[in-house]
Amino acid sequence: MAGATGKAMRQVYGETLVELGKTNPHIVVFDADVATSTRTILFGEAFPERFFNVGIAEMNMAAMAAGISTTGLIPFVNTFACFMVLRCGDPIRSLIAYTKLNVKLAGTYAGLSDSYDGASHHSILDIAFMRALPNMLVICPADGAEVKAATEAAVQYKGPVYIRIHRNECPDIPENDSQPFVLGKGKLLRSGKDITLVATGYMVHRAMEAAQILEAQGVSARVVNIHTIKPLDTELLERCAKETGGIVVAEEHSIHGGLGGAAAEAVGRLYPVPIEFVGVRDTFAESGDYQALLEKYGLTSQHIVKAAEEVLKKKGGL
Amino acid sequence: MGLSKERKAVLEGLCKQFRRTLLDTLYSVQTGHPGGSLSATEIITTLYFEVMKVDPKNPYWEERDRFVLAKGHAAPMLYIALAEKGFFPKEELKTLRQLNSRLQGHPCALKTPGVELSTGPLGLGLSAALGMGLGARLQRKPFYTYVLLGDGEIQEGIVWEAAMAGAKYGVDNVVAILDKNGVQLDGTVDQIMPLGDVKGKWSSFGWNTFEVNGHKVEEIYDAIQEAHQVKGKPTLIIAHTVKGKGVSFMEGKHTWHGKPISKAEYEAAIQELEGGR
Repeated sequence: MAGATGKAMRQVYGETLVELGKTNPHIVVFDADVATSTRTILFGEAFPERFFNVGIAEMNMAAMAAGISTTGLIPFVNTFACFMVLRCGDPIRSLIAYTKLNVKLAGTYAGLSDSYDGASHHSILDIAFMRALPNMLVICPADGAEVKAATEAAVQYKGPVYIRIHRNECPDIPENDSQPFVLGKGKLLRSGKDITLVATGYMVHRAMEAAQILEAQGVSARVVNIHTIKPLDTELLERCAKETGGIVVAEEHSIHGGLGGAAAEAVGRLYPVPIEFVGVRDTFAESGDYQALLEKYGLTSQHIVKAAEEVLKKKGGL
Repeated sequence: MGLSKERKAVLEGLCKQFRRTLLDTLYSVQTGHPGGSLSATEIITTLYFEVMKVDPKNPYWEERDRFVLAKGHAAPMLYIALAEKGFFPKEELKTLRQLNSRLQGHPCALKTPGVELSTGPLGLGLSAALGMGLGARLQRKPFYTYVLLGDGEIQEGIVWEAAMAGAKYGVDNVVAILDKNGVQLDGTVDQIMPLGDVKGKWSSFGWNTFEVNGHKVEEIYDAIQEAHQVKGKPTLIIAHTVKGKGVSFMEGKHTWHGKPISKAEYEAAIQELEGGR
């Protein structure tokens, strides 16, 4: 699954933090004993005085970061995405989101990407939690280059940001990386007129594959990368609904409350069209090889194709 | 060092005035937490009127001292002190907890000038205060951060995570004060979840500790001055207090954690406070 960069998203993230740290003395980094995994260890080695490994105490980490942000510094809080939501959730809501503090939250090992560790370590509800928080920006990059762009954009933006980062190396998507990263603006990666495949994170790559399969079946599928889940690019989604008349949303997350929910809320209000959801279907997954998990739990390009066929049936186009 | 007789008298006068204002305010809005506000009166008053460098005209002055009310339910007493300082007009106190007010039920840093941190969910304040202390140190700013915790509050696990972190990073520009009034919402602390040897626990976690009578402004003041001299570790001042202090029928009663005040109770309380007990 190695992309052209040959680097895991988390590695790109760690390296980007170091680059940012060189020019921005306000950046400080917190980790809770997973710095080797999140790759913030790189920042810790480069800038030990601006790095705080607080031990296995995630809630304290997020609250300390909230406090330090009030003094003008820009803290990055790091742990696995599942712990970011479930252990840091209170200070994220009560301090960071409530007061619009300038804190950046990076949840790594998102989705099923920490596959072998099992359902206890998978993170399939973080988008739902984060996007329900007022004031919170939610970003889910699709490849290494987008992790870098998102991390840089998070520093430029003043306020709370959640960045959802995949554990593994993901294929680079040239159609994605050739476009500028603009917070809150989706990217049109492939044009098409019969249906729109809306995806985020690693599933963007899968949506591109699905579009090719559909093309062979004579279906012209548009592909849109929604890297910023909140604020959502509702204008683009409305346009896709109008122009293609049907939508499939694909994400490495529960089908409840994630990008699918966000897109359905927008499309239902602005321009209702048939919509289907590709994601984890209200179940805990299990340990196993990453690709095998995606296969078993319904997150492959074939699953996107099948969902597209359902939508096309409903809109009477198949 | 030490508080002059004149300053002591000024602070005690303010405490008396603030208790009266608290009763007036909570009686008029029929909501809010009297018990924990009354136990914290001397601590908050000493901090804002003797110790802390703040500028109400420039509330976001970078080198101001910070105060975090970790036990956010004592918000009314914080608001009373901030209003007296001049962060906002005293008349606004009457809007406490009401629609469109800047004075939320629990402190909100976005809404109220002078409030440094939004608090309410217990346990988060100490960690945030440590972050403020580290931010000051990294940027070589000379301010202190003071944080007021409730004793029921330190039942929260995160407080002990923060206790470890405070010692690890030697955050000596943070002074924590424990309002040890011995009473929480459902009963006494000993009934609900005993804290054991509080001083011994914090000492063993690596903190400098002092014990004071939390209703004597001179003892609070002296302990804070001594805490400033301690380098390389944070300080916890254990302030022995009485929940509901100053209103005898509220003292030590968990039922007065957050109960509306009746007309008869209000009149009795005012009479007692005016009597200068």
